Order: sequence, then structure tokens, then C-alpha cells
Amino acid sequence: MTTRIERHHYDVVVIGAGGAGLRAAIEARLAGKRTAIISKSLFGKAHTVMAEGGAAAAMGNVNSKDNWMVHFGDTMRGGKFLNNYRMAELHAKEAPERIWELETYGALFDRTKDGKISQRNFGGHEYPRLAHVGDRTGLELIRTLQQKIVSLQQEDFAETGSYESKIRVFSETTITELLLEGDRIAGAFGYYRESGEFILLEAPAVVLATGGVGRSYKVTSNSWEYTGDGHALALRAGATLINMEFLQFHPTGMVWPPSVKGILVTESVRGDGGVLKNTDGKRFMFNYVPDVFRRQYAETEEEADRWYKDPENNRRPPELLPRDEVARAINSEVKAGRGTKAGGVLLDIASRLPAEEIQRRLPSMYHQFKELADVDITKEPMEVGPTCHYVMGGVEVDPDSAAAFGHVEGLFAAGEVSGGMHGSNRLGGNSLSDLLVFGKRAGEHAAAYTDALGKRPKMATGDVEAAVDAALAPLSREGGENPYTLQSDLQVVMGDLVGIIRREGELADALKRLQELKVRVANVGSTGGRKYNPGWHLALDLRNMLVVSECTAKAALEREESRGGHTREDFPKMNPQWRLLNLVCSLDETGDVHLERKPVPKMPPELLGLFDRTELSKYLTDQELTEVK
Amino acid sequence: MERHFRVWRGDASGGEIQDFDVEVNEGEVVLDIIHRLQATETPDLACRWNCKAGKCGSCSMEINGKPRLGCMTRMSTFEENETVTITPLRAFPIIRDLVTDVSFNYEKARETPAFAPPPGVAPGDYRMQQIDVERSQEFRKCIECFLCQNTCHVVRDHEENKPAFSGPRYFIRAAELDMHPLDDRTDRKDYSQEHQGLGYCNITKCCTEVCPEHIKITDNAIIPMKERVVDNRYDPLVWLGRKIFRRDQLGATGTGTGRESVASSAATGGTGVAAAVASSGARPPEGPAVNADGRLDVAELLSHQAGGPSPFGDDQEFPLRDGGITYQHPEPDKN
Repeated sequence: MTTRIERHHYDVVVIGAGGAGLRAAIEARLAGKRTAIISKSLFGKAHTVMAEGGAAAAMGNVNSKDNWMVHFGDTMRGGKFLNNYRMAELHAKEAPERIWELETYGALFDRTKDGKISQRNFGGHEYPRLAHVGDRTGLELIRTLQQKIVSLQQEDFAETGSYESKIRVFSETTITELLLEGDRIAGAFGYYRESGEFILLEAPAVVLATGGVGRSYKVTSNSWEYTGDGHALALRAGATLINMEFLQFHPTGMVWPPSVKGILVTESVRGDGGVLKNTDGKRFMFNYVPDVFRRQYAETEEEADRWYKDPENNRRPPELLPRDEVARAINSEVKAGRGTKAGGVLLDIASRLPAEEIQRRLPSMYHQFKELADVDITKEPMEVGPTCHYVMGGVEVDPDSAAAFGHVEGLFAAGEVSGGMHGSNRLGGNSLSDLLVFGKRAGEHAAAYTDALGKRPKMATGDVEAAVDAALAPLSREGGENPYTLQSDLQVVMGDLVGIIRREGELADALKRLQELKVRVANVGSTGGRKYNPGWHLALDLRNMLVVSECTAKAALEREESRGGHTREDFPKMNPQWRLLNLVCSLDETGDVHLERKPVPKMPPELLGLFDRTELSKYLTDQELTEVK
Repeated sequence: MERHFRVWRGDASGGEIQDFDVEVNEGEVVLDIIHRLQATETPDLACRWNCKAGKCGSCSMEINGKPRLGCMTRMSTFEENETVTITPLRAFPIIRDLVTDVSFNYEKARETPAFAPPPGVAPGDYRMQQIDVERSQEFRKCIECFLCQNTCHVVRDHEENKPAFSGPRYFIRAAELDMHPLDDRTDRKDYSQEHQGLGYCNITKCCTEVCPEHIKITDNAIIPMKERVVDNRYDPLVWLGRKIFRRDQLGATGTGTGRESVASSAATGGTGVAAAVASSGARPPEGPAVNADGRLDVAELLSHQAGGPSPFGDDQEFPLRDGGITYQHPEPDKN
């Protein structure tokens, strides 16, 4: 069978059209490179639009005491000192420039009284630091970058008569394979989702900016695109992934109705009197107060209820325990069979406050659920459970150049798909600034890499043919398994066994089940043709989701401590010895995930000096502390 | 509970409405039903979606004939046994099922001149007041769902208008840049009139009605843009609106220059067209010249072009005959 393949030549191919991808593409084009942007959806729809809070940058517009050193410290604290210190340093130093630059592209942030960019407070940030536009900062960012790309295309049009002479957006296009010559990137292979036709981009440098992995989880705030494509492409090209055990979950996301599944329910619902109940109607949090918190938290419902009015003389209700404790409790109730059919518990504020009071205190929550789901939170309880939100782990990169580690050259990664920057937990607001800082660096260094390259690597025809066969396989498989069933089974495994609270036995079980799923995914089939066939697209995404899930499960089993986005019930404490170690995943010759331990880069004394000793003693080993002056 | 759905399926070569009975749970939206169809009966049913929270503008479709976002249309908004019919956007070419080719919009986006940064202002030195950025921020809320483009009757059933007409999405883009406190270009409104086809719009407000972000497209972007265009009496619609009324009916102050009188008429909301025009701070519109009776010259109304008729009259042939010149020089300051 002969297959038509459209061929293109570029200097830099950027896979992903969210904030990181667009910023990288701008930089590559400014360096004079012919640049392609691959967008899995339409141009401008990327998941970056969902970011509400803002972009963290120590501009000091609201509080002049803020500077990069404070931001750096906050970031390291948030990541429990597992962050790649150099990335956190570059991020803190360069974020303000990247934000200011957006204004020259036309961005309109909210302003301070003296006309500067306004900055708001956010959890974990010592000073007001988040540049924002109401609660739609992500949209502003993506639109600004999108419009900057258009403006560059207009310059090219004026010069060459073609908008696409130097930078082209391939919208609704998915890359299924990176092609190499030896260890060097030679190009990328994929398909147009609209037509199902194949496309081959020959290019010596590829920037991965594909975002996260949330679609492998039952309850997630992520969109369908988040199938870990970049993570998997990197692995298959010979790169490595780090920190894959660290996923950010929110304890109370909506689990039902489906129209709002995954949407976060802010903590203030509990702060304002909302209580958690199981399906027996019991307020169960009193059973889950750990000994260390026993003295600060109420023991009876009466005392807890008095706290809302009189916090001085009463102890806090147990609903306000730290995030992971609440999540653990919800998890236990559901596993004990006292959860709802959708796998959640009930968060009840309706029976606790008068309707007008709820509307007054939680206006956006009230309107969001009313509009999206017709759920009236003043009348009925919400069904909530842990929601997968963000993956800290990703492609292991050189902090300065964003070049991928492992045995591959010409591969770069930025944004959520890269790992190290956020350590074990990401602060709110740090992802928008992360993708600008490292998107720019990735684009810049990808361009420089192509300059230094003697001759363009050439891909082998056999590899292209193999990629074509792999892509077409699900369509020709008679009686293959339904991809939606497989995805939903994978989501159950990851959600139930590699979710927010993890145990050794369950993780081992998960790995076994992932192996079974691997066999089934190899036999996935799609009905219908090649033209805009979502079933076929999902069938091709599944193998990416599977290999990335395996990395997460393996690393979660290996790391025997609890830190940031990784909570082990059997190892509930943070262990300074484990802070010294990154878990690195790669693929061996047979395509299986191989895991090894690698030391975390050591922070130089001038950066260590930014923290006081008592704080460091929470994270560092005794051995390390003796070296700190 | 099972509900009855009709979904258009097919591609550029044709298609048909297909019937489905699908389980519907409480609190679900139309997009949930499409996902259920994909997961069960029709894995290859084509439909765009991303965020499923009304923030990305991907799942645009027509539900019972109305342009809507699938993720924002709750099943509870229909009657209990109402059949729900889902069809693709009508103004754009079909690709497959509910997916249409929206590249028209991206082409128009590419033709709209980008933000022009003010020369000599370094990054970090941009200073703007909140009150000044808010006007443009309203338009930057746009999630590019293209429902306004789809519903606009100028292109909805008139493919032939597409080359000359950019549509509401790009009118608000032009307005946004026009109102941007630091944009260096001054020709945004001229561009809108001359290259975006603003004059085709006759302010039926359909775009405003379908906007899921509740952007006041017509009132806050299109009308103020048109109003400025009135300066030069380019826009046939506003021009016509002004012909129909006598100047004194426009609430003019009577005496004084034409400039003042018409500007104040806009402020008091004299005409249907100018009623919603906000005082924009731009140059106030100029009124056309009128006859002694306070009415506009009728000949101007009948003219085929907006620039006013020949001062020699339309029935004149050139070259003019000696002594047969009908032209009369108007007396200045007649009233």
C-alpha cells in the first residue's frame, strides 16, 4: 500500500501551541529560523487558557521588598527543596523581563494606581507577585503570544509576500513519532487530524511543549490533549524523565455531575462552614485527625461549629486539616464503600448557611456550578474527590538551554512537559512564568543548536514506514478493542491505585495491571475512516498515556517517603535522604521503563545562604548541614 | 433517563441527521452527551472540545438551531421530552460531523494589523491606568468560539461576502487596538471601514446575543467604531439614519456650528443608530449640510454613492453647454 506523505523542511519544529510552545517559536523565529508550530487543537485553544490566578514574577510593583531572591526561596520551599536550583534561580531572575515583554506584544494586565502591572497575593508567595487579568490570565497570555506570532507573520508577509514563509502553525495536527539519525533529531512524523493525511517535518531541532498527563486520571481538570505525548516522544527518542511520581492533586474537585467533573472547589467552602460527609450522612473528618494535630483540632461537632464564630476559644474543625490529610480521609471513606457512586464524598454547605449568605461569600463558586451544571450549592451538597491538576515531573533538561538529557541531541523541552523546575510541588502562578522563561530559552537554544550543526541529520526511510504502519494499525485491526473502554480502564487504575494517596501493595498491583493494559492497547481498534476520527486519535494517544503512567507508578513505588505531590501512606514523613535523589526514567531496548536513582544537583553556597539554618534543617540531612556555614 | 437526540453526521460530500437515544443524567450538558455517544455507539463521531468549562471556545455547534457552546448548554434547559438536534456551525464549510473548517477566521486574524508598540518605551516602562485598559480588556475576554462569526447574517448564508467582511470577532479586535492606550497606530477605524467591511454590519446585535463571554460586541465595539466613521460620512447606514431626520429632530441646539449640534444630538440619543453611541472622546461627528427648511437635500438621499452627488446635478452631461449651467453656489451661514 502506498501512502501519501506531505513533506516539509524546517529548522525548528515546536510541538505544542500553549504558552511554552508559542514563546519558543517566537524566539526561534526571531533568531531567523524557519519554524513550525504543531498544535493538537486549533490555534489558541491550548490548556494554558485555564490558568486563572496569574503569572508570578518578582517585579516589586505592589511591594518593593520583593525581588528574585525571595521568589527563588518561595519556589524552593514550595517544591520541598527537590527543585533543580538552577531552574528555580533562572525562573525567578528572568520572569519579570518575560512579563514586561508581553506588554510590548500587546498584553493588557490589570494595573496598579501608578499605572504599573498589578500583582496579587497567592498561596506560598511571600509578597503580592502574580501579574493577572481578572481570573483569565491564562487566556490573556495565550492570546498575546498568538497575536505576536501573527504579527511576525505579517512582517514576513511584507518582506516575502507569504505569511508562512518563516513561521507556520499546523493546527489540529498530532505528532506520533520523532525521527532520528543515530542520536540526533532529524524530524517528526504525524497526521492532520482533519484529513487523517500524514505529515513529515524534516528538522534538526525539536522543542517539546506538550503539557501534562492528566487524561490518564479518572478525575482531572485537564483537557483531552493532556495525554503525555511529549513525555512519551522524549522517552522513545532516548531522553529521560524525572520526578514523575509528583502530581498535583486538589482534595476537593467535583466528581459529579460529569459536566463539572474535575473542576476545583475552593478551600474557602470548607473555611466558611462546609463539612464533609459520607453516604451514611456521617461527618467523618473527626475520625481522621492525626495525633500530631490532635491538640489544634476540635473533637466534637459542637466545638467545631463554635469555631466559625469564635475561633479564639475553640479549636478548628477537622475539615480544615492540611490538604493531604483531607484527601487521605476522602480516599479512605471511598475505599471503605462509604463514597458516592461516582467515587466521591459529600461537601455540604447548603445545610450549614442560609442561601443568601452562601451566595454572598462564594459568588463565583455559586455561579460557576449554577451555569455549568445547574447545581445549586445553596440547596444540595456537592460531590467531591481528589482531582489531578498538574504534573511536576517531565523531561529531564539542562537548566540553561532546556536541552533534553539522555542520549539524544537536538531535543528541547519547556513548560509542564519538562521536569525539575517545581521539584515536588508547584506554587500557584509559577507555571505561567515557567513557560515564558523556559519557552524562550528552549527556542533560543534550539536555534543556536541548528547553527552549530554541520549538516542536517537525515531520517531513515524505514523509520518513516514504521511510523506510518504504527499509525494506521488501529484502523485495520478487525474486532480490536474500543479505545474509550481502554482509556477508562487506565483511568481507573491510575485514579484508584496511583492517585493522591499511595501504598506499596496498590502500586505494585497498578504496575501489574498496566502490563495487562499494555497487551490490550496493542490490540486497540478504531472504526470509521481517517478523516477527523476521534476514536482513532485516542487509540494512538493511548500508548503514550500508558508508558507515562508506568513511569509514574514505578517512581511512586520507588520513592519511600511523602513529599509535595507524592504521598505514601506507608511512609508518611519527608525523609532528607530522599531529597538527595531524583528518580530518572528511560526506555530500554525492549521498550520497557527503566528506573534509576540520580543525585539532585547541589545548591551552591550563595543560594543556600538565602535560607536560615533552622529552615534548612527541615530539609537537609545532618551531613549536609555540617557543610553549611 | 433516555432522551432523544438528532445529530448531523457526514462530510463535505453530504450527510444526514441521525437519531440516537442516549442516557442523560442530572446536571449534564450537551457535550457530555456527545462524549457518551463517542464512548458507546459512535467512537468516530467528530466534535471539537478542550477545556469543557467554557474557557477555550472549541465546542461551538448549533443546538436546536442556535449557535451555542456544547459545554455550556445544560440538558435541563430543554423540555423534558424535547428532542435535541445538534448540527455543525452553518457559516463554515463542513469537515466532518460537527467539525467545520474555521480557517476563514484565522485568515481574517492574519489580515488585521497587529499591536504597534509605542516607539521609545522600554519593556517595563509601560504605564496605563486601569480605567483605560478596561475598555480593551472587555474585548480581550473573547475566547474565539466564532459563534458571532457564525451567526452574523452578512456571511451566514452569503459566502460571497466573506472576502470583504471580517466579522464581529475582528471588529472587536480592531476596537480593542483602537482603544489600547499605547497602540502606536492611528488608522484602526479607517482600516475597519476600508478593509474589514464594517459598513456591511447593520447592527442587528445577533453577535452580542450569542457571545458566551457576554461581550457587548455591538454596543461597545461596532457602534463606537461606526460612530467615528461618521466623521467622514463614509458609512451608508449611519449616513442614511441621519438623512431621515431633520436636524432639529436630532435634538440639536439649533444655533452654532454643525459640529457642536450633531455631537450633542448623539449624546441625547436622537437617532436609533446613534442612540447607543458612547461619547468616545474621539473627534465628534460632523453633520451634513442642510437646506433652509432644516432638511437634507433630497438629491443626496437618492445618490448611489455615499460621497454626495455632483454639484451639477445628476442629469447633466459633460462637457457642459455654454450658459446652461445649473449650479448654484450655496450661501455660507444660511441658517
